[in-house]
Amino acid sequence: MSLFIIVALPFLGAFLPGLMNSAGRSACAGVTFAVSLAAFIGLLTNLPLVLAGEVVTARVDWMPSLGLNFTLMLDGLGFFFALLILGIGLLIIAYTRNYLSRDDNMGEFFTYLLLFQGAMVGIVLSDNILLLLVFWELTSLSSFLLIGYWKHLPEGRQGARMALTVTGMGGLAMIGGMLILGQIVGSYDLSVILENRDLIQADPLYVPALILILLGCFTKSAQFPFHFWLPHAMAAPTPVSAYLHSATMVKAGIFLMARMWPVLSGTPEWFMIVTTAGLVTMVLGALIALFKHDLKALLAFSTVSHLGLITMLLGTGTAFGAMAAVFHILNHATFKAALFMSAGIIDHEAHTRDIRRLGGLRKLMPITFMIASLAALSMAGIPLLNGFLSKEMMLEEANHTVLFGLPWLVPALATFGSLLSAAYCFRLIGHVFLGPVRDDYPAKPHDPEAGLWMPPAILVVLVVVIGVAPFLAEPFVKLVTASVLGDAAEVPKAYFKIWHGLVPALFMSMIAVVGGLLMIAVFTPALRLWDTTPRPEAKAIFDTIINAVVRVSQQVILPLHNGAFTRYAAVAAVTILAAGFHAWSTGSVGTATRTLQPADPVLIAGWLMLVAATCGMVLMHRNRFLSLILIGIVGLMVSVGFVFFSAPDLAMTQFTVEVVTIILMLLALNFLPNRTPIESSVLRRVRDTGIAIAGGLATFALAYYYLLRDAVSTPISEFHLANSYKGGGGTNVVNVILVDFRGFDTYGEIIVLGIAALLIYALTETLLGGPVRARLLNRLPDQARAGDVHPMMMVVLTRVIMPVVLLVGFYIFWRGHNEPGGGFIAGLIVSIGVVMQYMASGFAWTSARLRYPYHGVIGAGVLIAGFTGIGSWFVGKPFLTSDFTYVRIPPFEKFELATAALFDLGVFLAVVGAVMLSLESFSRLARRAHVPDNEHPMDIDPSRENPLQIGAKPAKEGG
Amino acid sequence: MEFLVASAIGVLTAGGIYLMLRLRTFPVILGMSLLTYAVNVFLFSSGRLTVGAPPILSDGVSVYTDPLPQALVLTAIVISFGMTAVVVMIGLGAFLGSDDDHVDDPSEDADDKAEGTS
Repeated sequence: MSLFIIVALPFLGAFLPGLMNSAGRSACAGVTFAVSLAAFIGLLTNLPLVLAGEVVTARVDWMPSLGLNFTLMLDGLGFFFALLILGIGLLIIAYTRNYLSRDDNMGEFFTYLLLFQGAMVGIVLSDNILLLLVFWELTSLSSFLLIGYWKHLPEGRQGARMALTVTGMGGLAMIGGMLILGQIVGSYDLSVILENRDLIQADPLYVPALILILLGCFTKSAQFPFHFWLPHAMAAPTPVSAYLHSATMVKAGIFLMARMWPVLSGTPEWFMIVTTAGLVTMVLGALIALFKHDLKALLAFSTVSHLGLITMLLGTGTAFGAMAAVFHILNHATFKAALFMSAGIIDHEAHTRDIRRLGGLRKLMPITFMIASLAALSMAGIPLLNGFLSKEMMLEEANHTVLFGLPWLVPALATFGSLLSAAYCFRLIGHVFLGPVRDDYPAKPHDPEAGLWMPPAILVVLVVVIGVAPFLAEPFVKLVTASVLGDAAEVPKAYFKIWHGLVPALFMSMIAVVGGLLMIAVFTPALRLWDTTPRPEAKAIFDTIINAVVRVSQQVILPLHNGAFTRYAAVAAVTILAAGFHAWSTGSVGTATRTLQPADPVLIAGWLMLVAATCGMVLMHRNRFLSLILIGIVGLMVSVGFVFFSAPDLAMTQFTVEVVTIILMLLALNFLPNRTPIESSVLRRVRDTGIAIAGGLATFALAYYYLLRDAVSTPISEFHLANSYKGGGGTNVVNVILVDFRGFDTYGEIIVLGIAALLIYALTETLLGGPVRARLLNRLPDQARAGDVHPMMMVVLTRVIMPVVLLVGFYIFWRGHNEPGGGFIAGLIVSIGVVMQYMASGFAWTSARLRYPYHGVIGAGVLIAGFTGIGSWFVGKPFLTSDFTYVRIPPFEKFELATAALFDLGVFLAVVGAVMLSLESFSRLARRAHVPDNEHPMDIDPSRENPLQIGAKPAKEGG
Repeated sequence: MEFLVASAIGVLTAGGIYLMLRLRTFPVILGMSLLTYAVNVFLFSSGRLTVGAPPILSDGVSVYTDPLPQALVLTAIVISFGMTAVVVMIGLGAFLGSDDDHVDDPSEDADDKAEGTS
């Protein structure tokens, strides 16, 4: 199966559990299982190729210019991890079906689980480090959802937040490291990077890159000093803990260290950092684990400890260490997942995970006892179980490792860590299962149904099989090791055997086991000593740091960001000015290449009017109606300016938009107060004037310098002018750009316009559905109304004019491709025609005659434009490729038919719909309770029998 | 000619910024409209100023003004209508809901009081 499908399956499948939620819990778990199984089988189909030593790849160029490609690669290492992720994932899904209670939303859980699974598979199969980073962040996000799945538990939410913060920060650091790595090599493809060991290690940026990448790995894999998030993530449901903390999430960091091993390892920096961190984590984690009373917390710290062990092995930088690490990853995944699931079973049946309240479960839960004991003994390193084998290899490796020039340091600490590890395993068995049966369990424990114990049992079978017959796992582990090592080293010859003879590792192992037993014997006094020793509480430190960061950012941000729009506007204006000034003072400006053109008297007159109107607006803005008239003048002058400077299309658009904007503002002003009171102090006004004048001068200077210089390079417009007729079939280049060259932009814009109109409609609906409704209905106008609101003259005139307006709109629309015009302008013209009907004949009368809702018109417009674009797919062209032809239907002249016209029709409809929906929404607010809707177009109509039955009451009201 | 256009842009910007910094919704909206004009004219003028050469292809004419800024500004004009309408609606909704057309939330902060109201 293609690697793409393997990675995509969990993501696509993530939709299914949510959809199947109502079909029952089994159906929900069933589809999830089926999705994972399909991916699992798909992975297995690639096994023969991987066994043959080939690297399976799949590649799609995504953003080649950025070096970001969707490249997947499946080698031994990737296969190994994908196998763990998908295989243990299957067991977890089966286990979850029985674990979650009826109150838990199973669809939600499985959706998160599949998202997480997909992200993990993506990490281990990525052949592009940028793509890997994307998946890496996805695991942080989806694990956040999983850990915080029980939203009602504060610990769950806090644990999820902490995990996200720590792994997210690590991810950020890693992005930096990966980018440096990509810069050094000149490629972001992993397969290329892995071949450039010498280049990378010789680069001066090797150490920063190494530290940043290791930060990502250490946070993800809970290495000291970032180990503290993992135990807090235990607030998650147990299947999540079993999955995330045995085989997947925390192994992602390990995976990356293994993946990068050929290029990053072998240097003193790598050795020092990785081995030390691993060693400290291993001992510290084991020590804390021993004294934890919560079963899951014990397992969590033991996970931390074992991850430290693996990290240390990778840190040694030898081929044997890498092989031991790979083997231990496999063994740890099997026994740890089984242990977590057993802990979940105990919690499920006994209703407590507190070791102090348990004991004697051996007789009550024999099956669980068997499973958990075998897994725990394996973790303790007892022969004939798989944990023994990799622990032996670890001790062997530790024996050859010299850190800080002290040959005894690493072996001693490794033995001590193993001793503690054995001790907490014995404690787990002894204090939970052995001992007398108690009679004060919170619930009566018994073995659960097969659905719960079967998944861990399968894993324990693996534990025993590998432990008894290690030669079965040997070829596979060596295959994986070979792909970890790459070209950097040879796979070690050593065989996997239970009996190596009387080697030092065996003695160290014996010391560990015997020491562990002794430790349990003196556990009670040791615990007392532990409890009296003061220790830093990681969560308190974390919270203190977070609170400090929050305080600092509040102090920095709140003074600027205090919720006052005026302050934002002022800050933004000043900032932009400062940035512009900086650019101005540091950049260089060439000499003017264009000459000043003489000013026309018409232009001067227009300029005078524009400036006068603008100044008038500013000075008299307190009179809102007057300022509305003045802004109309400004708009008109801008339109005239467009005509003057050879932009007829723009002039027509600006002019028509001006009309609808003014109508809109008038509708709003109908409700708003007529005057703006004086509120701001003189000082404030002076300050604002200063900002405004500075802004005005800046834009003036920018525009003036700009206008007197030619473009540095040839504008793309040359292409548009040259190809407009040949390629687009139109002589109006502006229109051809809109509907053809940049049709996709236009398509986006009409969608935005439609959304804006729908938003206005939605806001109106909300207003009319809420408490504002009564206020609106009983509102008294603050000004006298006209006696004859809908005068006959106007009604008749607008109706006579309507066909003419439509005709003009039709004409403007059709000639748009070759002469000034087009869908935008025609849409605006037709809208004005319709608005006039509303104004003249009244809202109720017009709406009653409206056949199509404006939402539909917007939708039809967007759909027509969209389908026109899709149409070009059928002839094998990209979206929105236009075509045109000339036809002649006698007796007419030959004329042109272009698909662009169809697209323009979509634009036209969307514009009409959007403009009308906005204006209609506003006018709906204006209906009032004591004024009946006018069913007649005219208030005074001599042809009616009762001509004085007037819709709107005359001017007596209000005032 | 260039001077007139550039100064018109400057005047529109200055007026727009001043009105944007007012305290009530209506002048702020008008200020944004003025700023929209300024931006549109500025973008338009990035094609430089040409008189009497509209970008309508015809035989025998070889000088045309730059059509691309025109196309961009055309859609910008229409979109800005949509955005103005949304902002007006939001302002209106806020006024109808609270009988107050201040753009800023009333603040208890004494510092702001000195700055905001008289």
